[in-house]
Amino acid sequence: MSDILILNGRLVDPANGLDAERDVLLRHGRVAAVEMPGGLRVAKAKETIDAKGMIVAPGLVDVHVHLREPGQTYKESIKTGTAAAAAGGFTSVVAMPNTVPVNDTVARLEWMLDAARGACVKLFAMPAATFGSMGEEITDFHELQRAGAVGFTDDGKPVLLDRVMRAALVAAAGIGVPVSQHAEDTRLTGGCSMNAGPVAFRLGLRGMTVEAESKIVERDIRLLKDIEQHDGLRPHLHVQHVSTAKAMEAIRQAKRDGLHVTCEVAPHHFTLTDEAIGEYDTNAKMNPPLRNDADRLAMIAGLMDGTVDCIATDHAPHALFEKEQEFERAPNGITGLETALGLALRVLHKGNGMPISRVIELMSTQPAGIVSLEGRGTLRVDSFADVVVFDPAAEWNFEAAKTRSKSRNTPFDGAPMLGRVVTTISEGTVVYRG
Amino acid sequence: MTVLESSRAMKNSEYAAGSLLTVANLSVEDVAAILAATDRLERMTVAERVRILAERRIALLFYESSTRTRTSFELAAKSLGAMTTLVSDKSSSIEKGESLKDTGLTLRALGAECIILRHANSGAPYLLAKATGLPVLNAGDGMHEHPSQALLDLRTMLARLPGMSGRLVNGKTLNGVTVVITGDILHSRVARSNAMLLPKLGAKVVLCGPKELLPEDALGLGVKGTSGGVVVERDFDKALKQAQVVMMLRIQRERLAGLELDLGDYISRYQLDQERLAARSPEALVMHPGPMIRGLEISGEVADGPNSAIEEQVRHGLAVRTALLVRALGAGGFESVTV
Repeated sequence: MSDILILNGRLVDPANGLDAERDVLLRHGRVAAVEMPGGLRVAKAKETIDAKGMIVAPGLVDVHVHLREPGQTYKESIKTGTAAAAAGGFTSVVAMPNTVPVNDTVARLEWMLDAARGACVKLFAMPAATFGSMGEEITDFHELQRAGAVGFTDDGKPVLLDRVMRAALVAAAGIGVPVSQHAEDTRLTGGCSMNAGPVAFRLGLRGMTVEAESKIVERDIRLLKDIEQHDGLRPHLHVQHVSTAKAMEAIRQAKRDGLHVTCEVAPHHFTLTDEAIGEYDTNAKMNPPLRNDADRLAMIAGLMDGTVDCIATDHAPHALFEKEQEFERAPNGITGLETALGLALRVLHKGNGMPISRVIELMSTQPAGIVSLEGRGTLRVDSFADVVVFDPAAEWNFEAAKTRSKSRNTPFDGAPMLGRVVTTISEGTVVYRG
Repeated sequence: MTVLESSRAMKNSEYAAGSLLTVANLSVEDVAAILAATDRLERMTVAERVRILAERRIALLFYESSTRTRTSFELAAKSLGAMTTLVSDKSSSIEKGESLKDTGLTLRALGAECIILRHANSGAPYLLAKATGLPVLNAGDGMHEHPSQALLDLRTMLARLPGMSGRLVNGKTLNGVTVVITGDILHSRVARSNAMLLPKLGAKVVLCGPKELLPEDALGLGVKGTSGGVVVERDFDKALKQAQVVMMLRIQRERLAGLELDLGDYISRYQLDQERLAARSPEALVMHPGPMIRGLEISGEVADGPNSAIEEQVRHGLAVRTALLVRALGAGGFESVTV
């Protein structure tokens, strides 16, 4: 039998409105039963997990990761990236298309999703919105969706042209998937390597303005309105890694206006400010960049008031030699899969009083909903046996040297975390034991 | 953010003692020690001085063109008896794509004990200092800093301003002195180093220029807990009226990055010419870090006039850099000094 019994844990399943002690039975890769403690009778479980004092939750879902395969496996591979995901409590990840070559055809998408790549958690992908992510001609959304695409994006770059973004939103609306936008007006950010402001001035670095992000968000919202009015369609815009108060406010207003906009915030944007760059620490360099404290607090406010739909890591591994360069030359991005839960619990739960069930909603239930992952993001009976068991009270310090990722480019080496993953189960298989 | 504060505190030990990467980490005592050593070295005979760094190896690593800074570091090193070697991006493996780290490690393997670095990227000296563990002297990094320039500017002011000679160097030395820095502040590493150094000694620094070349973010240069400070004044005439020192900066065409500027308008508002100087601040000391574009930010008459300290700045540059080299190599009483 493949049965796994998880006993005596505190089951947090926001999709079911459940936050109570429950025993859970996993069988044949699915959730077979959820009962009051002591209510399950199983003759011979393959494994029994005593979850006393632990949280048992649907496995975490990350709609924004870079796994670097194909083409840059010296940074990360699907195998190592998903191992890092499992260690962080994630059971579903959505791979971005900026691989080499860009994931913009059915053949490339199928290759990426093939079991031979060795993903140890469930791998999904968003192929490129435009060929080569060049921003000019949209890819074959229909065929790509049939091959498994859960959305479309040119992440790393924006879809800049109004005409092209409009076409992408229309095509995606027709098949019910989101267009995920990296909101950056690259016409305003040439030569920039951090957030504009006093810190950038002091460091002598050119800064990206808040407007470079908000202008694209505002433009995309205008396109949504226009499409709803003129095309009779209801497109879904997903704004990636929001980092500024101004963009957050635009999204808040668009939601009030009833548009279908969702957005994500990365843990580093609610934890750190541009001061973290210190003396040109390239492990604090990413795009969008770390902003000032008012923007950081606006991310927390958006997470608290429901404007933000999910937390996504933007896990972006890079090799040491690439980060050991002049700040302006070093590539953007930091790893994030193994630090996301620990930071969310420390900063949002402990620091800002967010209930744990809300953290789970932001990291599992809602991201699963954004990309319509059927049977994931919940532990309802018959859903996939994707489970994370974690100790919510454990305080520890992340050690980059112990990461399962191939890369160690994180500003959180040595940083305090709250909550430690004990077991991660993907479709009924234990993929991580802490 | 306690994590970051502690990690930053740790970082100070990542750089070899005697490195000079930024003026931000210099205490007033450090500044006093450097200036005192400069005086000592200057008073020595040529024969005495040439023994101080005899047989020591110093590398000059220059990724950007330079006349003043390179020549003065090189002459300073040679006057102390050191062996120098110049590596520039135009005639080395840098052209072949070698990283800054590897170039630094190569120089170290060849016996370099100190590297003087000029680089187009802000922060490059930190990377080099960390990678090699050698003392690194920042000879100008991108738009970030030019610490030796600020120190030589300070020494020039102390030599020329009335009542300064022989005064103790402390947090009040420049009390009552207003230094107006005018021009392309945005792209200027000289402005940043001066604006961070001079207030530590009590000076008030007035930054002056149009918005395009002087964003409000420049106020971030102000150092907490100093008696002086940093302010922005866009009207050059108003700024000049308060000035004991006026420092003019070149417009850095090579860094303008698409920024368009009406030069005629700029000249009428911000050029320091004889008429303006005589009307607003006839006694002010006139300085310029060079290279200077006569007829643009400064008139030839003012540059060559009696208020000008421009050539003296160059002379003080040579003197201050001897002290920085002695400090970097831990000779002549600088053993315990760290930045």
